[in-house]
Amino acid sequence: MTALQHVKLGTYYVVHLPEADDFDFWRERARALVQSDVPPDRVAWVEPGGSGDLFAHGERRMPVPPMDAKPVRANRRFVSLARNAILHSDPERFALLYRLLWRLQSSPRMMEDKADPDVRRVEELDKNVRRDSHKMHAFVRFRLVESEDEDVGEHYVAWFEPDHHILRANAGFFMRRFSNMRWSILTPRGSLHWDTETMSEGPPAERHDAPGGDPMEDLWRTYYASIFNPARLKIGAMLKEMPKKYWKNMPEASLIPELVAGAQGREARMVEKGALEFEERPDTLAAIDKAIHACRKCPIGQLDNHAVMGEGPQDAALMIVGEQPGDQEDQTGRPFVGPAGQLLDTHLEKVGIDRRAAYVTNAVKHFKYVQRGKRRLHQNPGAKEIDTCRWWIEGERAIVQPKLVLAMGASAARGLLGKTVSISRVRGAPIPLEDGSELWVTAHPSYLLRLEGAAREEQAQLFDADLAAVRARLEELA
Amino acid sequence: MAAQTILQKLEILADAAKYDASCASSGTAKKNSLGGKGIGSTEGMGICHAYAPDGRCISLLKILLTNHCVFDCHYCVNRKSSNVARARFTPQEVVDLTLAFYRRNYIEGLFLSSGIVKNSNHTMEQIVEVARILREEHDFRGYIHLKTIPEADPEIVHQAGLYADRVSINVELPTDSGLTRLAPDKDARQIEGAMGKVKADLVEAKDARKRFRHAPRFAPAGQSTQMIVGADAATDADIVGKASRLYDNFRLRRVYYSAFSPIPDASAVLPLKRPPLIREHRLYQSDWLMRFYGYKPSDVMQATEADGNLPLDIDPKLAWALKFREAFPVDVNRASKEQLLRVPGLGVKAVGKILASRRHRALRLDDVALLTQSITKVRPFICTVDWRPITLTDRADLRSLLAPKSEQLELFAA
Repeated sequence: MTALQHVKLGTYYVVHLPEADDFDFWRERARALVQSDVPPDRVAWVEPGGSGDLFAHGERRMPVPPMDAKPVRANRRFVSLARNAILHSDPERFALLYRLLWRLQSSPRMMEDKADPDVRRVEELDKNVRRDSHKMHAFVRFRLVESEDEDVGEHYVAWFEPDHHILRANAGFFMRRFSNMRWSILTPRGSLHWDTETMSEGPPAERHDAPGGDPMEDLWRTYYASIFNPARLKIGAMLKEMPKKYWKNMPEASLIPELVAGAQGREARMVEKGALEFEERPDTLAAIDKAIHACRKCPIGQLDNHAVMGEGPQDAALMIVGEQPGDQEDQTGRPFVGPAGQLLDTHLEKVGIDRRAAYVTNAVKHFKYVQRGKRRLHQNPGAKEIDTCRWWIEGERAIVQPKLVLAMGASAARGLLGKTVSISRVRGAPIPLEDGSELWVTAHPSYLLRLEGAAREEQAQLFDADLAAVRARLEELA
Repeated sequence: MAAQTILQKLEILADAAKYDASCASSGTAKKNSLGGKGIGSTEGMGICHAYAPDGRCISLLKILLTNHCVFDCHYCVNRKSSNVARARFTPQEVVDLTLAFYRRNYIEGLFLSSGIVKNSNHTMEQIVEVARILREEHDFRGYIHLKTIPEADPEIVHQAGLYADRVSINVELPTDSGLTRLAPDKDARQIEGAMGKVKADLVEAKDARKRFRHAPRFAPAGQSTQMIVGADAATDADIVGKASRLYDNFRLRRVYYSAFSPIPDASAVLPLKRPPLIREHRLYQSDWLMRFYGYKPSDVMQATEADGNLPLDIDPKLAWALKFREAFPVDVNRASKEQLLRVPGLGVKAVGKILASRRHRALRLDDVALLTQSITKVRPFICTVDWRPITLTDRADLRSLLAPKSEQLELFAA
């Protein structure tokens, strides 16, 4: 006798499920049907509110499996997939799962055949449900309702519209996360309420049952707008992960059109604010000379002055860098021709360095001053101005390629190093630069000019010692 | 000047944090707030609570404690010589903001970084104080990522790891010379020394937990780092080499690549142009190949072009395959997992499905098509029962046939 004889041929069974997400009920019925050898095309599964009209005449009583029926086999992969896929809103899901369970009895390893259409479909359902659950974890937005009643206190309420029957299955997630908070999640498929101790379920809700706003949302929107980098606009990537259907319940989403529309302008302003348009640096000294006269990247360039280019042989082994042109340099257009330049010449001669063999230039190309009557009073360049001008000094250095660079004064050192160093700490020893050359740092000759007597004498000796060390090192490098 | 409101501070200090690539909140120890007095949970997988129009996810409240900074790194908008608006949160303000956002389910937790104020130790202490208040006073069990400061006292950094799920130390730039040039106050040896110390702490804490169940956890989500791409002349080969050394030496969970972004008030030594987003994407793809596909750094370097950079029009896996055509076609019914993982267009999941399915049947081209995203891309590199690409792999114009016609979406943008 086969099990078939227990089934009336031509009998349809209709199974009415008490809940759309009741996996245990489905499993119990499905097991009995398989054991009674009822083929998939003889069963109709009807969820609450679903239509069972097609099988109006179906048998509602479940078949009783024979005593000797074989236990129903289903591997773990099937059970975990089915438990999740049953939450999908596709009315065909119960039938699909039953068909799979039925087929599993004769081909127990069928779940591994990823090219099988039924296996693929159930995996797809599972994936959709997992995605919907994940989006619920992500996109539920609680709003605070302050109750007048002291005992009740704070209550957080969210409105969410899931695609599938995932509400109950995700209750645990929110309970574990917000266990000491009173909260409710309202959805069109039902509602959940947690009072910090017990979970209760409520009927389906409508959007107006949930509160309309929360003062914290202004801060959240501010955060959302600020963390967005307009230089990286990628709307497609955003839409892929946060489809528009979720936007209506997320307070930050109302900003998106505005942020997208303004992105290009913001990016342009970011670039413009930083400096002028990106440009290729000129690669000849003559071109740099021309370009610095037009440079307005910092406020010094806006003053009524000329730019002063470095001068000397293009293949000089030594590059001497001062701070910035002074009044006389600005007028003559040549570096180190004023009092400080004359003092420098004296000291160079004393230790035996030929200025004409060196490339002499400044960290800052324009004269910074304030007008006092007819006089233009020298002012020190700011860190930002030096850093801006570093663009040009690096250009000169790339062309001249000196073996040794002598920076005179803190501004000059900053122009080459990008950071401020203490002269007294770094003088007298080389600092390696990334192109293999050496930087030596000493005081600026104008510093000597400001001193008098013994102090001047002492500093002059230090200055000479630095120059002598540079000269010795140059000879070694030659 | 009137005191800034929380809103104004948030605007400045979130804006200042937008160049940080990481927002991950995954891979930490599981925890929940049942039985506690506070809130928060982590269940292994991180949750992206929103996406910004730049395609990047928002999982954490990512802010700076302050953007005042005594350092002067050229690529950084917060550097000392920059003219950006400055603001400063108190630790309590950050705590309140984090909790308020967390309770409304806006975030998974906090990612806190900071400019250096006063000195490194002082700043690091303030960062740790935020985490301490969250964990100890509010029993907060959400995710905390702290950016640690390599110059700070290792003992304070250690404290950070005891409160945080993840700690990170930025290597900033792929080469030491780049660092010297663009971050003159930073020191490559110090950065790597700090990473080494964190690794030692991680190993020690893990070992202790094996023997004592209640030994304190130390940064269960491990450590990560970030490199800026496109601010200096480093090639992709340099970057991949650096990343792989970092993975090996410090057992990092992630190396983030942040395409250098034009920043307001940028320093003149930097290029001011759109960030090389596609390049950043190619680097993430190559990172993926090394972490999940069994590629060695040398394989990725072989995929680079003469200038040391990965091609921008095709992905690094395809670039490798086009250079090593003798490795193809691969027979999907016989090839090893390693060989299948080298096929352009086959992802880890597709390979898994192929391996499982071929035990049941000899796969045909149509079967493979069902298991992959796009069969067109895969076809020239495989054979099946009914398919053999006899001439296709030898065609000189294969690259142009396979290169996407339009710019593709960035899949891994962090």
